[in-house]
This record gives sequence, C-alpha cells and structure tokens, in this order.
Amino acid sequence: MAARPVPRIMQQGKLAPFYYLAPALIIMLFFIVYPMFNTIQLSFLNRNGTAPAGTTCVEGRPCWGAFENYRYALTAEFNTSSVKVFWDSFWLSSYGNTIKWIIFMVAGTVILGLLFAKLVDGIKNEALAKSILFMPMAISFVGAGVIWKFVYSFGTQQVQVGLLNAMVTALGGKPISFLTAPVLNTYALIVVGIWIWTGFCMTILSSSLKSVPDEIIEAARVDGANEWNVFWKITLPIIMPTVIVVITTMVINVLKQFDIVYVMTGGNYNTDVIANRMYTEMYLNFNTGRGTAVAVVLVLAIIPFIYLNIRRFIAQEEMR
Amino acid sequence: MNRQKINAFFARLPKNLVILLMVLIWVLPTFGLLITSLRPLQAIQSSGWWTALNKTAGSQEYLRNCASCHGTEGNLIVSADLTNPILIKQFNRSVLLLASLKSEYNGQLHMETQKIPNAQAAADIVVHLNAISGVQKQPQFTLSNYIDALVGYRGTRTYTEDCAAGTASTDLHCNLSDLLNSRGMGRAFVNSLLVTIPATFLPILLAALAGYAFAWLDFKGRMLLFAILVGLQVVPLQMTMVPISRVYAQMGLNGTFLGVWLFHTGFGMPYAIYLMRNFLGTLPRDLFESAYLDGASHWTAFYRLAIPLALPAIASLGIFQFLWVWNDLLVALVFLGSTTPVVTYQIANMVSSLGAGWHLLTAAAFLSMLLPMLVFFSLQRYFVRGMLAGAVKG
Repeated sequence: MAARPVPRIMQQGKLAPFYYLAPALIIMLFFIVYPMFNTIQLSFLNRNGTAPAGTTCVEGRPCWGAFENYRYALTAEFNTSSVKVFWDSFWLSSYGNTIKWIIFMVAGTVILGLLFAKLVDGIKNEALAKSILFMPMAISFVGAGVIWKFVYSFGTQQVQVGLLNAMVTALGGKPISFLTAPVLNTYALIVVGIWIWTGFCMTILSSSLKSVPDEIIEAARVDGANEWNVFWKITLPIIMPTVIVVITTMVINVLKQFDIVYVMTGGNYNTDVIANRMYTEMYLNFNTGRGTAVAVVLVLAIIPFIYLNIRRFIAQEEMR
Repeated sequence: MNRQKINAFFARLPKNLVILLMVLIWVLPTFGLLITSLRPLQAIQSSGWWTALNKTAGSQEYLRNCASCHGTEGNLIVSADLTNPILIKQFNRSVLLLASLKSEYNGQLHMETQKIPNAQAAADIVVHLNAISGVQKQPQFTLSNYIDALVGYRGTRTYTEDCAAGTASTDLHCNLSDLLNSRGMGRAFVNSLLVTIPATFLPILLAALAGYAFAWLDFKGRMLLFAILVGLQVVPLQMTMVPISRVYAQMGLNGTFLGVWLFHTGFGMPYAIYLMRNFLGTLPRDLFESAYLDGASHWTAFYRLAIPLALPAIASLGIFQFLWVWNDLLVALVFLGSTTPVVTYQIANMVSSLGAGWHLLTAAAFLSMLLPMLVFFSLQRYFVRGMLAGAVKG
C-alpha cells in the first residue's frame, strides 16, 4: 500500500510523530490490544482464571479438555437426543437467534432504508421525512426498548394499553403476549432493531443515490427504459458498493447487539443472542472462562468483517 | 388542467401512501410514549394513550350503561349514591366494578337484563365515577410522572400526593434534596453528564493529536499502523471488558468515573483517529508547507492551523462520542452499576424491577431522550456528516 508522501520540508525529527501518537497508542494498547489477548487466554482457564479449563470437567460427561469452555459455549444450549430435537433447539438457542437477527434485521434495514431513500428523493419535505426516520439513531437502545415494550404491552387485566394489542383486539383477535410467546418474540425484538437502524442505512444509501449522475439516468429514460428498469439495471448496480458496505456494517452491528435484548426480555423466553449470553455468563453467573469463550466466538464471527474493512480501506487509499 | 392535476395526484398516491405509512410507524411509538408520560397514573392503567383526548369517553359509557337507573347525576338511588366517595372507593378499579356489575343485589342481577359493559367501558366508567364522587378529580395531563421519575418515587400514588399526606417512604425528605435520591432520574442525569462530558473531550483531544500525526507527519509503519487501527474499529466491547474489569478491580477503579472515562476514551479512539486523520488529510497541502516555510513548528501548525480548520470534524466527532457515551448501557452496567447509576442503567433497572410501572418508565425514558434529541435536532448536519465519513464503531 502506498503511503502518501509528506512534504519534505515538514519532516522535522524522527521522534516528533511519536509525541503526538503516544497518548492514543498507549491508551489503545491498554484498553483494546492487551484485553483481546488476555480474553483469549482467560477463555482457556476456569471460572476465576486460576486453573486450566480442563480441570472443570466432570467425570462421565463430555469434555473437550483445554477447550472445555468452548464446549460449553458452543453446545450447552443444544439438545442432541435426536437430529430433529437438535434442529429445534438450535433455532431457539442464542446462535439460532443471532442468525435470525442477522438475516431479518440486515434485510429489513437495508430494504426499507433503500425504499425510503428512493421514495423521498426529491419530494418537498425530504429533509423532514428523513430526520423522522433517522431520529431513533439519536436515542438510546434502552429508550427505544421502553418505547416498544409499551407498544407490545400485553394487558393482564382486560384493558389493552399497548398500541398493537389494542389494534389486535379492536379487529376481534385475542391479545398476544409479543415478548414471551416463543419464536414470535425474537421477531418482535428484531422489529425494534429495524426501527432503530433503518435511518442509518437510509442516510448512507440516500447520499449514494444522489451521487448517481443524472445524465446516465436521463440517457436510459430517453432510450425508453421505465422507472423500474432504471432502478434495477442502472441505479442499483452503481450504488452496489455502498450497499455492500452498509450490509457489512449492519452485520457487525447486529452481532454486537446487546441492549435491546437485555432491556426487553433479558434473554429469557428463548430470545437470547450471543452478545447478551456473554454478559449473562460473565456478570450474572460470574464465570470468567465461559464468558470469555463466548466473547471469542463472537469475535471469530466478526473477524471476516475486520478483514473486509481493512481491504476496503486499502482500496480507498489507493484511489486517493 | 385540472384533470392533469388529478391524474398526477393518483399517480403519486401509492408512493405517498408508503411514505406516510413509514413515517407513521416511526413517529407513533415515540409519540405514544410522550403522551403517556404526561397522563395521570390511573388514566395510563385504564386506557390507551390514543384516548387521552376524548374527554367524554367515561361519561358516555356511564350514560349508556348506568344512567337509566342511577340517573344522569348518579344520585337517583339513595342506597347506592354514586356521588358518595366512600361507596365509590370500593369500586375504583375496573375489575372491582365489573365484579359488582356481575353480582346480585337484593336478589336481583345488578344490570338486570342489560348487557354487562366490556373491560374498556368499565374502566372508562370508573374514571367517570371517580370524578363525580370527588374521589379523584383527574386533570387531563400532568407533570407528576416526571416528578416521580426524577426523584425515583415508586409508590401507588404520586410523590406530591404522598408528601402532602406525609406518607412518603422514609428515605425521602419531600424537599429539593430528593432530586439526588439514588433511585431517581435526577441523580442519574447528573451522573450521565459527569460521565459523558470528559468521555467526549478526552478522546477528541487525543484523536486530534494522533490524527495529525497520521495525516501530516512521516514515520515508519504509518500505513500499517493505520490499517490496524481500521481493523480495531469493529472489535466488540465484549471482547475487552473482562480483563479490564479484572485490572480495575485490582486498581480500585471499578465504580469510579475515572475508570469509565478511560474505557470510553480507549474504545472510542480507533474511530476518532480515523475520522480526524481523514479530515485533516483533506486540508490543502500548500497551507502547511507555507506555514513551515514561515518557520512554524509542528506544534504551531497543529494548534494554530489544523485544529481551527478541523472544527467541523471535531463537531461531528463530538456529537458521535457524546451520543455513544450517553446512550451506552453495557459499559455503565459493567463498570458503574448501582453505585453510580447513569440514565440508561436507571431505566434498565426500572424495567426489570417494576414490570409495568408505565407512568415512571415513560417519563424516565423521555427524560433520557431529551438531551440526545436536542443535540440531534440542532446539530443533525454534523451528525450525518460524521456518519457518512465511516461510522463503524462500538
């Protein structure tokens, strides 16, 4: 990779750069680099980091020796008595749920974001409409969690004060306990995630839509292409690199998503995700080994995206 | 002419309907929260926020179901005078009232041949009965939820009512000092400010220095180091918390402001440096060259030239870091916990310990959203700009 040369006249001393860098580098070394290695190390030790993980094995139970914490992290939630039962338990585990989150939340935010960006492009109140969609980005996930817990509110007495259940009962249905009914509840949480993050995708995609040259679009229209074809065959391919950046960013965000689940269900009723499970193992069950093992699994899932990020950065630098 | 307009209107209709629907979905939940936080406690429990404006719901239901026997004023049956507060206090919830409506009095069904009203109607009637008997004259909207949330009062009546009656719990003094009660949002708000302000300034300062070095100083491994930095941006918090809480435990930094400031600074660094370097790198090179020719040192060029020119980037970064720290829950949970509750922690705590205390939760949530919304709507431009410059963080 080519570093942009610095003007000769500005090269003053060999040490000078490090005075500027030192505070940032030291604090990052202590708060990011060292803990990453230490976390890996701790994941091979027992619950308080005093002995190897293999010592926690129980006679007659499956044991992976030094990888005992990983055995727990990877298999504890599954019921392996038969393939069918395993399959069902997988999709209710934190791993299955995280996959559901990734698929539906990324698809939801990107599609809705793109749709909205395209629809409001050029309308009279574009800026207002966009800031409405974007507003949830400014408030906390905790705040958004409360907002939606109220929307999903399930009245134990017969009055429904939650908007959704009031609509359900008004249409003659039975009120639904959105946050405790298994399978449905994870999707109810994903809706909250989509509500928060769509504005983010919309803003980035909108600015990329606006950068598509008008001449190309006009030329296609003159050639007789309808709006649908212009979008699919011209606009979308041009903004595809941005769409991919948004998708990778969203996958990373979803993998780290902790607050929504923690606030709305606490990971109960089969809504757990990897990020929340790490917190549960570490700070509720006080098991350092297992907590760090879950964290390492999370990072392993993120590593491909770290690689993509760096590659994209290098490509950008070469274009400058 | 007119025909064309109508045609254009219908051509745009599907598009406008989709926009309208999406805007509604994005506005209604927050709007409902705001309205609910302003309604009196009993009203929140007995009806949805969308009914907040129909004043007459209660009296209409009363007229439909009860007035034929009890009279429009409620005092037609002497043995069951509905304007008598002592009587009404026995039926001041919809379940109690419904039970009474279903039971027999003097060998006769209470409602005789009439249909028993549904739960919503019963709740509305209760509100009406409370009003005419003088048990509880409720204002349409009130700020008492905000007062309760600020002082963290978790009684069945409002803080002001209980203080006036002298029945507030013993750890409250019913004066301004209650604003600092450790269960309240007032205290949490102050704590959040104390966490957020230094945790916003410190990273900006360090990132400006480092970003300047990456943009305008030459050293070995500059690109490699920066590429690593780009990779570090997406390391999840979860990967670093455990070792740091262990180190903090030894150093006595758990539960201290200093610990959180440093953690947020360390964690915000990769993104902050990335943003600063990219912005500083786009400044015109001639500017720096001529400054050096005039004999300026690096340091002068940094704080006389780079910093003033980088103010827009600093603004974006500041907003980002501010919102990130203010809205963070995980770091606050792990490193501060209940000793120094911040707003997000306090709300998460209310959710798990209160269940459905919506009057407190809605007010508390809205209090926590005030400052971010203010920052967002006044400085949206910088926020969006910072995001477009590559927001992959946390």
